[in-house]
Amino acid sequence: MLLIRCPYCEEERPELEFRNAGEAHIARPTDIAAISDDDFEKFFFIRANPKGIIYERWRHVHGCARFFNAVRDTVSDKFVMTYKAGEPKPSKLPGVSK
Amino acid sequence: MAKAVQKTGISQAERHPALAGRNASAAHVTLSVLEPAERVSLRAPEASLAALSKALGLTLPKKPKTSASKDGRFALWLGPDEWLVIDEAAGDPLGDCGKVKQLHSAVGVSHRNVAIGVTGPGVEATLSAGCPQDLSLTAFPVGACSRTIFGKVEVVLYRTAEDTFRVECWRSFSDYVFTFLSEAARDAAA
Repeated sequence: MLLIRCPYCEEERPELEFRNAGEAHIARPTDIAAISDDDFEKFFFIRANPKGIIYERWRHVHGCARFFNAVRDTVSDKFVMTYKAGEPKPSKLPGVSK
Repeated sequence: MAKAVQKTGISQAERHPALAGRNASAAHVTLSVLEPAERVSLRAPEASLAALSKALGLTLPKKPKTSASKDGRFALWLGPDEWLVIDEAAGDPLGDCGKVKQLHSAVGVSHRNVAIGVTGPGVEATLSAGCPQDLSLTAFPVGACSRTIFGKVEVVLYRTAEDTFRVECWRSFSDYVFTFLSEAARDAAA
């Protein structure tokens, strides 16, 4: 079982307490009625789906119930780090070469 | 009661508490259904905490996984702005919160939850049958509490003594939790 560090509970918890909530750092357009259909498609449906480092939202649903962001490697399935919702994308990742 | 019903013709509902009369004991663990208690689900921002703590008569804990208790009343930290307040001493925590003017949300959940006491030297093994968290004394000391998962059900665990846990589960899941616990207790070594 994976152990995921919840930034609000400040400790590692078993993955059964968590839910994935999709890609992180996707800002909703401020005036969504004004954007074109193509832009809406990009915002709403198109996701990066990279091989390697991915930024995701997770929710500690059976714990403190808070959403937070996590950096995960889609190849090894390992969590690189987690940080609170609203914090900027970390510029340096611990233990990642690139 | 039966006579009164005949006389008026009005049938009256009888209240049967969930898990009434259930108990189980195994070699190293005893399960008991705890007495009904007053419970409040409390959500509040940082600015309201001082007033709420004063009204409730105990300091709401701010550190994750910690609790506060005073005179039969407990406040369990569930999230950064969420607490479960339990009163076993016939107090009225909901009324106490109602007197607070600062922003907060207090919802009475007394009848939503059922509490099961699990006690004995095999308590950690019993709970670990369904709970994936580390429940050893170093990771989960006396007074620690956490919302977590037990089997397929969400529960709140609260360690009241080295060999005693209070398991709070939703009333409709209580049969599942109690049965799971009694099965686990049979297998639990000290």
